[in-house]
Amino acid sequence: MSWQIDDSRPVYIQLIDEIKMRIISGYYKLGDRLPSVRDLAEEAQVNPNTMQKALTELESCGMLNSQRTSGRFITDNKILIEEMRQMFALQYIKVFFESMEKLGYSQEEIKQKINNSKEG
Amino acid sequence: MDFSIECRNLTKAYGKKVALDNINLKFNRGRIIGLLGPNGSGKTTLIKLVCGLLTPTSGDVLINGKVPGPETKAVVSYLPDKTYLPEWMKVTELISFFKSFYKDFNEQKAMTLFEKLHIDVNDKLKTMSKGTKEKVQLILVMSRDADVYILDEPIAGVDPAARDLILNTIIANYNPNASVIISTHLIADVETVLEDIIFIKYGKIELQSTVDEIRDVNGKSVDTLFREVYRC
Repeated sequence: MSWQIDDSRPVYIQLIDEIKMRIISGYYKLGDRLPSVRDLAEEAQVNPNTMQKALTELESCGMLNSQRTSGRFITDNKILIEEMRQMFALQYIKVFFESMEKLGYSQEEIKQKINNSKEG
Repeated sequence: MDFSIECRNLTKAYGKKVALDNINLKFNRGRIIGLLGPNGSGKTTLIKLVCGLLTPTSGDVLINGKVPGPETKAVVSYLPDKTYLPEWMKVTELISFFKSFYKDFNEQKAMTLFEKLHIDVNDKLKTMSKGTKEKVQLILVMSRDADVYILDEPIAGVDPAARDLILNTIIANYNPNASVIISTHLIADVETVLEDIIFIKYGKIELQSTVDEIRDVNGKSVDTLFREVYRC
């Protein structure tokens, strides 16, 4: 898995999203130990302070737990991860509808298109 | 002190030409700072003042609170934009050269890095490609346990793979007590590695901010903003 960082948004927000995705998709397993800040910063090729900021944020929303001596661990709270998954899904759907509406499709037509594409 | 370098009303003029015009600036510790500006904006003049290679026309530049001299040179590790190392030397000889010059030179660190980048320490500098020479210089400079690292165009002449290795070396050597100053115009390549940004224009500070603040406020990358600020 590679870290894709685009030009438009703050770097730490993109790091937060990427780590959330990695947790939701199971790339990082529940309860596992997260690599160190330095290793993650090197892997993503970002400033260590920026990575630190992203991890702190993920701790405060409960996705990561920090244990003083042994590092950071992925949450084992399945409900929290499911909530996060739903949020991502809603976001993707919103973006999808917005792009389809830009193309001039109505809500009804979009739903029809989705159904058709499933059958096809 | 949470900053390593301070510029107070710093001015440098070459004859009538003012290269730096009354600059006030602090460089924080634990930060990787991008010094950005087009050619002739005053970047190298500022760097040379910090290194004690030039003296101010007026005002002060202070490193750990002291004016540049032997004491500050002992804690500033400088990578110039040109090669200055003797071409006939082997890497092993360059290592002893650095060891005798700088008390803070960490031989262990250098050896690890040379190995990691697959550079044979028995090779002479003159047998190496331009990119490899740049890597050797960077390793020597980054292997000092300094308070200030100043890298003038560290990625200008290297291929994308070497660029990644250089940036990773900078990240891996991150030290919360040191300031790392990277001067470059290849902003897109280093943007995510930087934390603080200083734009210089015609010898004045045009903007001082952080990468994420610029992205947050402007909704665009530092590279894009740079192109707008310096549009000809």
